[in-house]
Amino acid sequence: MADTIANIDQIVQSQSRATVSEWQRFVRTLTQRKVVVFALIIIALTVITAIFAPWLSPYDPNEKNFADSLQQPNRKHWLGTDLLGKDTLSRIIWGARTSLIVGIATCLASAILGSTLGMLAGYMGGVVNTIIMRFMDALMGFPMIVLALLLAGVLGNGMQNVIIALTVANLPGYTRLMCGMTLAVKENDYILAQKAIGSSNLRTLFLHILPNSFQPMIIMISTALGGIILAEAGLSFLGIGLSHEEVTWGGLVASGYSYLSTHPMLAFAPGLCVMLVVFSFNILGDGLRDALDPRLRGVL
Amino acid sequence: MPQSKNDVVLEVKDLKMHFPITRGLFRKVVGMVKAVDGISFALKRGETLGLVGESGCGKTTVGRCISRLYQPTSGEIYFKGKNIADVPEKELKPLRRNISMIFQDPYSSLDPRQNAGSIVGEPMVVHRLVKSRDEYKEKVKHLFEIVGLNPELTTRYPHEFSGGQRQRIGIARALAADPDVIICDEPVSALDVSIQAQIINLLMDLKSEGEKRLTYIFIAHDLSVVKHISDRIAVMYLGRIVELTTPRELYNNPLHPYTQALLSAVPVPDPEVEENRERIILEGEVPSPLFPPNGCALHQRCPIATPECSKTVPPLRECSEDHWVACLRI
Repeated sequence: MADTIANIDQIVQSQSRATVSEWQRFVRTLTQRKVVVFALIIIALTVITAIFAPWLSPYDPNEKNFADSLQQPNRKHWLGTDLLGKDTLSRIIWGARTSLIVGIATCLASAILGSTLGMLAGYMGGVVNTIIMRFMDALMGFPMIVLALLLAGVLGNGMQNVIIALTVANLPGYTRLMCGMTLAVKENDYILAQKAIGSSNLRTLFLHILPNSFQPMIIMISTALGGIILAEAGLSFLGIGLSHEEVTWGGLVASGYSYLSTHPMLAFAPGLCVMLVVFSFNILGDGLRDALDPRLRGVL
Repeated sequence: MPQSKNDVVLEVKDLKMHFPITRGLFRKVVGMVKAVDGISFALKRGETLGLVGESGCGKTTVGRCISRLYQPTSGEIYFKGKNIADVPEKELKPLRRNISMIFQDPYSSLDPRQNAGSIVGEPMVVHRLVKSRDEYKEKVKHLFEIVGLNPELTTRYPHEFSGGQRQRIGIARALAADPDVIICDEPVSALDVSIQAQIINLLMDLKSEGEKRLTYIFIAHDLSVVKHISDRIAVMYLGRIVELTTPRELYNNPLHPYTQALLSAVPVPDPEVEENRERIILEGEVPSPLFPPNGCALHQRCPIATPECSKTVPPLRECSEDHWVACLRI
């Protein structure tokens, strides 16, 4: 009797597994690894912090209070204050906003632009490839931070200009990656089959080459996000880029590091934030790759 | 045969496909690979032409020229009386509907990120052959049934199928746009023997069942496979057809020395016969299509060659009824 019930249970289970939807499967695979869940929580917290910064921060991030200058963490200022008496916690909360906006906007812009250019170069080949890729090689000749510095210097201060500068500096990596992936993917018979059934170039590019070469892009986007947050910090540190009114994590590290021996929290806390967020995006990228790949279906 | 002209669905005249080899920054042409060098044949509606030859002899290139995946260097390809060899890329779409392809490798010819249903249905979407979502689903399911797949499997992905099932998906895709000609580019070479038979029988059933009378060009290097399915067989060597005839004639009375050598390489499943069987072994290697020999391409390896063979390119002549051979000695 117990056996029969167990059998029925098994059958019911296998049937419910068969009818599970794509979305459910995606969520299940993604949340199977604890570390991915942890990363998702960190990212969610950061995003919530960024959105609700005005309500969450205990003080105005730019409010100077010389009476409370350079305080160690205490009950009034949980993470202490800087030389001008600005509350570190409030500045970190507001910094999440700037860093995320700059990071995400730059990532999306350079990924979209870069992958389109890369796909075109790889797919069309010949002269188009030569023009696009040689230009990207020239851009790559400059270190990212130098190029961003140059552009930010030319364009002037402001968040928008920082995003443009970082986008251009990030472009070659995406373009190269996508060009390489496209070159590899387009050799497959299923791309030839697309031509044989009469698909247009656009259809082949966006419905077949893009989905098949996008996997490393997801990982690159999440990895680059950390790099961009750091680069933006570097620009702030050098005084080019965001104005002093806009608080960023990188800027906080930069201004706090001279007090490292006496007031470590000033540089350490924002640095830890950068590290956690970068780590989380990397892990998320990893998890997404596993969850999105139909070839791993059934394995994970 | 006094067949009406209209019955010829595909006619190839002196088809040539030369691939340039380029070097250096300015892509200077330093040589030409003559993959296909002057091929002519005609196909009647409902006929199957087997195209055999060893690797690198240009079989696949012929198939891809006819389906216009390649732009032929010269020659004419008449499809239903219209020359399609020079039609510009932009005007090829209607042709793509009428000539479809089945590929060799069932693993790389299906997009791994597309489910089986949408792979099969894509030609119908591309050519706007369906009006509604329901009609589309209905037709995809019907195609699955035609090729012997369970219609419930439309939402599965290619990696969930076996090699034979994948090739069935490839065949269903080739049928989706309701073509006149299907070019089968070694459709069974990548499958194991028992599955090969299933796929070949499926292809033959499709031809006899459909009201449209499909025409096949069946490319293969396995002679026994081709013998089974073809109405006529063309043997290729170094970009040219050396012999063109019916399977029976080819197996019983091969005239060209290359065909004879090729047939003598087919093993016999009887150890005693196999041991005493006489084999014709051609000496040397296949010359490079970069520098094909003058005259007959086979003359350096041919057991019956004369000095004349190294000077004159033998034309494809009709030696007996429906038996064409390109050899000066016959």
